[in-house]
Amino acid sequence: MTTTIYVPCDTTALSLGADRVVQKLQQAADQKNIELHLIRNGSRGLFWLEPLVEVQTPYGRVAYGPVEPEQVDELVSAGLFDGNPEHPLFLGDISQHSYLQQQQRLTFARIGITDPICIEDYIAHGGFAGLKKAAALTTQGIVDEVKVSGLRGRGGAAFPAGIKWQTVLDEPQNQQKYVVCNADEGDSGTFADRLVMECDPYMLIEGMTIAGLAVGATLGFIYVRSEYLLSQKMLDEAIRRAEVLGYLGDNVCGNGRSFRLEVRLGAGAYICGEETSLLESLEGKRGLVRSKPPLPAIKGLFGQPTVVNNVLSLAAVPYIMAHGGKAYADYGMGRSLGTLPIQLAGNIKHGGLIELAFGASLRKVLEDFGGGTFTGRPMRAVQVGGPLMAYLPESQWDTPMDYEAFAKLGAGIGHGGVVAFDDTVDMGEQARFAMEFCAAESCGKCTPCRIGSVRGVEVIDRIRAGEHRDNNLILLQELCETMVDGSLCAMGGMTPFPVQSVMKHFPEDLMASSRPVEA
Amino acid sequence: MSETTDPKAAVKSMLVAGDWSPEIVRQEVAALQHKPGALLPILHAIQDRVGYVPEDAVPIIAEMLQQTRADIHGVISFYHHFRTHPSGSNLLEVCRAEACQARGGRALERHVQKRLNVGYHDTTADNEFTLVPVYCLGNCACGPSIRVNNDIIGRVTSQKFDQLVDALTTSVLQLK
Repeated sequence: MTTTIYVPCDTTALSLGADRVVQKLQQAADQKNIELHLIRNGSRGLFWLEPLVEVQTPYGRVAYGPVEPEQVDELVSAGLFDGNPEHPLFLGDISQHSYLQQQQRLTFARIGITDPICIEDYIAHGGFAGLKKAAALTTQGIVDEVKVSGLRGRGGAAFPAGIKWQTVLDEPQNQQKYVVCNADEGDSGTFADRLVMECDPYMLIEGMTIAGLAVGATLGFIYVRSEYLLSQKMLDEAIRRAEVLGYLGDNVCGNGRSFRLEVRLGAGAYICGEETSLLESLEGKRGLVRSKPPLPAIKGLFGQPTVVNNVLSLAAVPYIMAHGGKAYADYGMGRSLGTLPIQLAGNIKHGGLIELAFGASLRKVLEDFGGGTFTGRPMRAVQVGGPLMAYLPESQWDTPMDYEAFAKLGAGIGHGGVVAFDDTVDMGEQARFAMEFCAAESCGKCTPCRIGSVRGVEVIDRIRAGEHRDNNLILLQELCETMVDGSLCAMGGMTPFPVQSVMKHFPEDLMASSRPVEA
Repeated sequence: MSETTDPKAAVKSMLVAGDWSPEIVRQEVAALQHKPGALLPILHAIQDRVGYVPEDAVPIIAEMLQQTRADIHGVISFYHHFRTHPSGSNLLEVCRAEACQARGGRALERHVQKRLNVGYHDTTADNEFTLVPVYCLGNCACGPSIRVNNDIIGRVTSQKFDQLVDALTTSVLQLK
């Protein structure tokens, strides 16, 4: 008999020993003369349960997790190959898990269920339905559907995608246009882009192809950060297979239009997540930020009209086309429509990917999903939206996850990363790190960011050492204002946000000398 | 995807790095120079093959792309990923970003530096490890994370790190 087993192949599962789990399973099966059909699926995003092993049984897929390689033999003895529930790691049908049941997964509906590069799996689960619809529409028809959806850029800036696409569409048609996917997911605490690329790469390919058809672009680039080699590999293979079946190439879905895709690797520069810096890098230059205007939609890659969208924005498009913009816009609140992929990370018990309609409170995410801290200690601060965003004290955790509500706090949602810290955190160190990070990653083009960050580290060190504390606090305040108002892009313009939030909500830590944090 | 997740082959090619010739550089440039914005792919190709981007490769690249040496040098030095010198047998990247900090990353960083007796951007005296900081490996729910050559490892403790170092120094190709 053949037993079908699923073991995820995403970075997180691999980082926790998934390959060795597979090896052990194979050995155990060989010993028992069981033929294994091993499928390397994507991760469902419940990372505290990885590696999550699923077994196909007559009564559905049942899961065990987290499975350490050393536990495989014991699990097999306890009847893993038959889906025996008599083991503490038995989880039953994982799709019924409350962590998943409480979510609204539109973009991530397929994740973890399928083999990421099996194109037949993708199609069997609704893949390319959106592209087929788009291929039958006019360019304006596609753009209108995206406008109806209310989709805003998920990379952090939250600019309406439909308006960006319209701008590129309105540029004269007799010129080369491009679609560029910003896959430089550099924010700490974020991994949703990586999950799309590693676990459902055709969805991104489909979204970019729809964008290409919408604006009349014939060539697309996916700029993947160099830390994500597995993403690059998955995308390259998926692109090759999509071309073979006519979803990419000279005659997309038989409608006579052409669209091709190429993956390009970054080289370890956080600033290249900024769209103009990314374009410079794609052109083979140093990733120096460009002044805007002109907007990339008018003069983008190689001076041509270019749609630059984040992975998650483009990944939302297949759903929008397949089900209609209105179906997507029915989720969410206010001007934040649709769903937000939230990445729960840091010192959290149940970290992972959560896709929810905009509007759920941060506390719900931290408590209902996160289950408190990993260390079991009280939670003290939460940084939402990446290293350039504010640290939120508990008094702000009831804020709904909505762009406008977060902006009112002087915070932001960014790319949806949520990083929790327990009470052993030294917030003075975190403030210092924000400046240190900017000093390491500034592109150097504008003075407030390049010099301000270096001075920021020095001033914080003086405050912590007790040197002219009051005067240096005023200096730090003014330095932050200069960086916010005077920087060319969001790197220098937002680096002060975490620093200011520490000055406001955790001043006692800023004043204290740094203390060693013990493991 | 069972067959495509084996990074070991790439690791091996990285570990025998060091030898290069102008001809190798010319080959890599020639293979890619037709691409728009070819410089980054070219530098990646050279580093993947040689293990670093030799300083003497700069004039060759510059001439073939009809750019100045300053242009090429400027690009190489801008990006953290490119090295102009060979690394040790193992490239060890430690994530310094906030999500890892929240899970004991700072303590792990101190332990790593103490155990290997090197700072960031340095190579150990026995040439086994080059230590590099990295700002986010995208494994943020299971930190602290490190990357050894092409393998990312999550939930690293001091103990787990010591075991890894022992395993790597016993037999350099036996990862994890």
